[in-house]
Amino acid sequence: MVATVLLVTTAVSLVLTALPGDAARLVLGPEAAPERYQEVRQALGLDKPWFARFFSWLFQALHGDLGFSFRYDQVSVAELLRRGLAITFPLAGAVALFSFFVGILWGLLSAARLGSAFDLSLSLANQTFLAIPEFWLGILLVGLFAERLGWFPSGGFPGWGAPGAWRYLILPALALALPRAAYFARLSRAVLADLLFSDFVRTARAKGLPERMVFLRHALRNALIPLAAGLSLTFGRLLAGALVIERVFSLPGLGYYAVEAAFGRDIPLLLGIAAAVTAMVVAASTAADFSYGLLDPRIRSS
Amino acid sequence: MIRLVLGALFLLPGIALVLLGLFWLPFPPETVVGEPFLSPSFSHPMGTDWFGRDLLSRVMVGGRTSLAVSLLSVASGGALGILFGLFAGYFRGFWGEVLLRVSDGILAFPPVLLALILAVVLGRGLPGVTLALALFNFPYFFRLAHAGTLELREREYIVAARATGAGSGRILFRHLLPNLASPLLVQATFSLSTALLAEASFSYLGLGVQPPHPTWGRMLWEAQTWLFRSLWPALFPGLVLTFSVLGLNVLGDFLRDFLDPRLRPFLLYSFSASSKGRT
Repeated sequence: MVATVLLVTTAVSLVLTALPGDAARLVLGPEAAPERYQEVRQALGLDKPWFARFFSWLFQALHGDLGFSFRYDQVSVAELLRRGLAITFPLAGAVALFSFFVGILWGLLSAARLGSAFDLSLSLANQTFLAIPEFWLGILLVGLFAERLGWFPSGGFPGWGAPGAWRYLILPALALALPRAAYFARLSRAVLADLLFSDFVRTARAKGLPERMVFLRHALRNALIPLAAGLSLTFGRLLAGALVIERVFSLPGLGYYAVEAAFGRDIPLLLGIAAAVTAMVVAASTAADFSYGLLDPRIRSS
Repeated sequence: MIRLVLGALFLLPGIALVLLGLFWLPFPPETVVGEPFLSPSFSHPMGTDWFGRDLLSRVMVGGRTSLAVSLLSVASGGALGILFGLFAGYFRGFWGEVLLRVSDGILAFPPVLLALILAVVLGRGLPGVTLALALFNFPYFFRLAHAGTLELREREYIVAARATGAGSGRILFRHLLPNLASPLLVQATFSLSTALLAEASFSYLGLGVQPPHPTWGRMLWEAQTWLFRSLWPALFPGLVLTFSVLGLNVLGDFLRDFLDPRLRPFLLYSFSASSKGRT
């Protein structure tokens, strides 16, 4: 796990620190005095060769120091990451949980009536939500609920302290959650549909358990492992989706900073974000690996 | 079979508009041809944008880039992934292990970030976006080809081929590759649909083709800023895009079940995870 994070960050930092082009010029603008220019170049380590820059970055990063942003004057990358995550993390987390439960409920109802009209309409809704680009869904939601109906703000974020701050996150959360819920519905329907024809379900029915118990106690419990795997996959997918959705709703989260950093060639910030995102994605998949043992004793003992 | 027809039907509008656009356009896509924000009418079937440019023409031209970038990135990332996967699976050496780790690394990395980083390195434009998508596609094909080769290399017909004196190249490309074609083809369909979605979100963010040239994603960005004036410009590019993705997903489902139901466990699921359900 640590190996993957290290590998990815190393690759990214190698690419970015070895970059040609002059960050000092970019920070200062074209009219800076030559002395100041030299000063900034030195501060950024641009006078050293790229491998020296790379190793000093890696050394500091391993000590928890991600450096300072080029663009946001004198703000550390760690502080910007904290600000961004304060929005991105609650957003992605809430959406993951919400879509997980709604999706499973949706899939359960569908699997309970396999092949019915309800099941079919669900499959259709499913395919549609999986094909809709999240950012377009976001735009449509803004058009409908913000511009036309005025129920929610169309974008921006006043900060967590402000009253009604959550109202700013409803539409972005919805834009992210609908496709994810469709994904979980589809996953749980497929897994349950397979399980419902297995021997232990037939046994449970044969011994006279009510259908509700067969579903919840037997089928759903055995479906939990693929669903947990799906949840961990979804978390990474959600982070990626949040990067774009935050742009749609002008939320100053991690994605907002990522785009700003890329367009402003703010290399330390972009590196920090890449490292943080990779770490979170890998942590989610490791958590899923651990959860299998909790969910299924058979895996624990082996 | 119904899925084949449905998929083709969904896919038709986007492809037909783009192909037609190569030969004929109702209006020049980058000039003002009417009032801004006209609603759909007979002369402007999709209306006009904030500038007064014909939206249908812009959708027809915009799709070119989206389709070309998606096709190119899936083809190049896929070809490299298959090639390396075959070799790594067949010869099972140190470099195969390294490539597996690299694939894991790429899979743990959101494609949007990849595109942003490449935009810093290569500048904003098509090369960065295409490379990002190709890199993103590589692991899916690599792992599929790798896993398939590992399983097939011990089969009797491969042993027999080796015994009759066939060289590695012949075994890899005449015996192994054709037997892996079905899962790879299915993966390609899903990869194409995720590439379309990803390309649109990249160009929405301002990566890729720069204005005034239209792409579906960029048109949606422009439409969003004028949302308070009109919903139409935000509607049509998104609709065409969604239908194309939907068509590819439905076709992929059809292909998977049609070609071989047993190959399902082979398939790695792509970024939209559109296919994850039917395990």
